[in-house]
Amino acid sequence: MDIEAKVKQIVMDKLGVEEAQIVPEANFIEDLRADSLDTVELVMAFEDEFGLTIPDEDQDKLRTVGQAIDYLKSKLS
Amino acid sequence: MDSARYNFSDHVILITGAARGIGKAIAGHFATAGATVLILDLNQEAIDIAVKDLNALGGKAFGYLANVIDGPQIESLFAELIKEHGKIDVLINNAGVTRDNLMLRMKEEEWDMVLDINLKGAFICTQKVFKHMMKARSGSIINIASVIGIMGNSGQANYAASKGGMIAFTKSCAKEFASRNVRVNAVAPGFIETEMTASLSDDIRAEYAKVIPLNKMGSPLDVARLCMFLAGKESEYITGQTIAVDGGLTMH
Repeated sequence: MDIEAKVKQIVMDKLGVEEAQIVPEANFIEDLRADSLDTVELVMAFEDEFGLTIPDEDQDKLRTVGQAIDYLKSKLS
Repeated sequence: MDSARYNFSDHVILITGAARGIGKAIAGHFATAGATVLILDLNQEAIDIAVKDLNALGGKAFGYLANVIDGPQIESLFAELIKEHGKIDVLINNAGVTRDNLMLRMKEEEWDMVLDINLKGAFICTQKVFKHMMKARSGSIINIASVIGIMGNSGQANYAASKGGMIAFTKSCAKEFASRNVRVNAVAPGFIETEMTASLSDDIRAEYAKVIPLNKMGSPLDVARLCMFLAGKESEYITGQTIAVDGGLTMH
């Protein structure tokens, strides 16, 4: 599974949203109705799935699905 | 309300500072209810004795040498415990110390030590355990505070601040964790018979008893029973509360 598909799967599992809603521009909080704890959980799930540590200062950069995918791609390439 | 009525055989309970005193009594109560009891303490010898005693009660007890104010150590230990035991259902923040002194004589080290172990230790253990409870969407955290945190006591400004802080900390965590079905409550013991109070003279004991409506000191088991209630399903709609086990001392 590629990074994009894995991210989508995690977002679906954690936020209980439909796959169709998970578009690159979807904002986790505004569009996918994540609360602040959800965003922390998402980051932790990304860390577990991809085996990396996402520093606190980087977490603000992961506001949308697209940003998360781009961030993880850049860190894993 | 006897522990025999409760079945905790599928529960994993983690208790800090549980090799002696009230913590050990709490651990013992859960052990008799069949729980897997994980005790953390700073004294290996005391841990070994406690584990032996708890297993003799029919429990599944495991002891770990750990310092509650060492964040990285606690984080990796908890991750190990999850691997080993599958989950942590209940955390009881019990580790605590006193360094009593009158305000004018109290040294900064005495203040820092009590605040560090009692309050920061609870912060660290709660933060690390919530990571797992959040994923499990279930958990109960019990903070062992004290009536001193409610009413204050001369000679115990540091201890009172730590326990009062713990009560406020309990409420904040209860609000923050509620959406994940993780409850946080505090237990405030009053005058309880322990090794610490065993050295008190009969006169002082009688003096204490006079101000307690139920007219006697409590036992560690009184505290343990409340912890068991707060740990299990019976209390599933209770969070953010501080309940005193004090013979009526602090009623208002």
